[in-house]
Amino acid sequence: MRTWLYKADTQLSPYVYISPFFILFAVFGLFPLGYTAWVSLHDWSLLSDEHSFVGLGNYSELLADPYFWNALRNTLSILALSTIPQLILALILAHLVNRPLRAKTLWRLGMLLPNVTSVVAVVVIFSQLFGRDFGLINWLLESFGLGRIDWQAGVASSHVAIAAMITWRWTGYNALIFLAAMQAVPKELYESATLDGATAGQQLRKITIPSIRPTIIFVVIVSTIYGLQVFAEPQLFAGGGPNGIIGGPDRQFQTLTLYMYEHGFNRGFEFGYASATAWVMFGLIVLAAAVNYLITRRIRSSR
Amino acid sequence: MRASLRRLLVPIMVTGLLATAACGSDEQPGGNEKITLNVALFGDFGFKPLYEEYSKAHPNITIKERISDYAAHHQSLISHLATGSGAADIEAVEIGYLSSFTATPNRFHNLLDLGAGSLENQWLPWKWQQGLSTDKKTLIGLGTDVGGMAMCYRTDLFKAAGLPTARDEVSKLWPTWEEYVATGKKYKAAAPKSYFMEASGNMFRAMVEQAPTGVYDDADKLIVDSNESVKKAWDLTVDAIASDQSAKLAAWTPEWSAAFGKGTFATIVCPAWMTAYIETNAKDAAGKWDIAAVPGGAGSMGGSHLALPKQGKNAQAAYDLIKWLTAPEQQKKIFKATGNFPSTPSLYTDPDLTGFSKPFFNNAPLGKIFTASAQAVQPQHQGPKQGDVFNTIGAGLGRIEQGKQSADDAWKQVLSDVAKLG
Repeated sequence: MRTWLYKADTQLSPYVYISPFFILFAVFGLFPLGYTAWVSLHDWSLLSDEHSFVGLGNYSELLADPYFWNALRNTLSILALSTIPQLILALILAHLVNRPLRAKTLWRLGMLLPNVTSVVAVVVIFSQLFGRDFGLINWLLESFGLGRIDWQAGVASSHVAIAAMITWRWTGYNALIFLAAMQAVPKELYESATLDGATAGQQLRKITIPSIRPTIIFVVIVSTIYGLQVFAEPQLFAGGGPNGIIGGPDRQFQTLTLYMYEHGFNRGFEFGYASATAWVMFGLIVLAAAVNYLITRRIRSSR
Repeated sequence: MRASLRRLLVPIMVTGLLATAACGSDEQPGGNEKITLNVALFGDFGFKPLYEEYSKAHPNITIKERISDYAAHHQSLISHLATGSGAADIEAVEIGYLSSFTATPNRFHNLLDLGAGSLENQWLPWKWQQGLSTDKKTLIGLGTDVGGMAMCYRTDLFKAAGLPTARDEVSKLWPTWEEYVATGKKYKAAAPKSYFMEASGNMFRAMVEQAPTGVYDDADKLIVDSNESVKKAWDLTVDAIASDQSAKLAAWTPEWSAAFGKGTFATIVCPAWMTAYIETNAKDAAGKWDIAAVPGGAGSMGGSHLALPKQGKNAQAAYDLIKWLTAPEQQKKIFKATGNFPSTPSLYTDPDLTGFSKPFFNNAPLGKIFTASAQAVQPQHQGPKQGDVFNTIGAGLGRIEQGKQSADDAWKQVLSDVAKLG
């Protein structure tokens, strides 16, 4: 009897100890995921009590909607415009603060500041900088003799403005993750490289980047997931009117989450359709993560 | 413990209140039960000083207000109604959303059961009708303000463009919208660097709201593609865009708010509630804005009701509060403080209201202008997705303004987008 209890204790206790995470994950992660899938198979409007089953109807309607593909294109474009410069800048920043510097902590803390600022505050300030009539950037452009830009009106210009907000918020955060990885790189490598006459740039390319590759891939995956779900930036950029739902009159900066918001919380509150959008987005994100994972494996095996 | 006590007491209280209400008495029944009423609004309705007044007369009532912005307020209201909890005792509903609730009124207390039936004559008939369900058996909301329309204009810009500045003469410039657009062309010829209107969507919306039928027919069928008044309004708006009259500002953006003070544009369609918005956003421009009549005579844009979601436990107490808040005396106080125009016609002959003017608007007689406008409103049937339909058409006009589409292509896309709203 006692040995049985002892056995149960040693074998079951670990599961009990880790169970809070899995229980919470099931309640707040798995259940909503499953329920959303169930809702997505219905013609489910918040305004009515009847929810008729439509099978995959919402999905076929979604994939046939040109506005969905437009939102996907916009999302990928903003993703590329924000993630690529963001990671390059973060790498350079991390490399700079990894060197002997005065007031190290100050610089490192400073890098995190944009990230702890509320996204709403960031977007409100940037929207004013990118304002058409009274924005600082247009004022600068004009004083250099260049024309004003209606940032919200153009496809490329609105994407650049939104990407700038994302880059501003996340560059420092990513730089800190890079920095943590860089500190694990043996100092001797840099010392001998310096003795051999390698410049800072060469050290970054030849020593740092190869050594922190797994971290780079982690950061790429996390940024991609964030980038595919970007919502607050385009929504607030457009102001309080209807443009905040469709991302400009021509849907020039409507992202996937905004598209989902348009259907879920406007025009009849079609939760079924919005849930289908959510599941398609989930699929896209899993796909993106899987592609990243395959690349990671190839890098590992090639080493 | 307290909750279960309340559950017991409330029905007793409600019966008591009903009994006294039936007797036509305003006496406080018991008055020991402490009741907290939550009021959820979008923007400031100017209720704050009134709560204090009400709580003084009803010491057992505590009122808590929560304010969010227009879209967030209605979205959370709909979510709370669908999930069955979280709604406030009293919720403001704007006319753009009201028709989606009157189509499914079962989630609200029927105010007719709470004694609202005898108050019908207090409101403009169409304001009362808007709060009624499709089958006319349920009243879900009591009217607060109406958005009687006028035209706000900048006297300094009009002067610079060689146009008259006195409000009566300005009103004479545009009895119709065609003449308004023609005035805009004259304005652009004299002052090519500034704009005549802030955006074309407002002008379009005002024209459609003035028509006998708008984007829905009486059976809630969308008639954007067949209603001549809609197409006429569209064509005239396109004409105004083509002559570069629009400053192409998207409403509720920082650029838009700043433009009121900076004088980027000369005119804006001005429902009564807009006057407060101009005043707060253009503090430096006091005396430069004035108010003339709106082209096309009259019309209403916006306006709200107060409704009681069924999940609210203190229906009678909440009803007593909204009955008081929407009564003429209170609506008058709100108008003077905020500019939200009363929906109760008994005030329209009250010299205190008709004689009201504001120094900010060159002492324009706001009371007189908006009374005339509200009285002349021809009620128009509003359908369930009213707001979405106007947003969709507005986006079409926006595409023309931003040079993305020709007027014909934009109209075609509007029709197919509206059909999808269905």
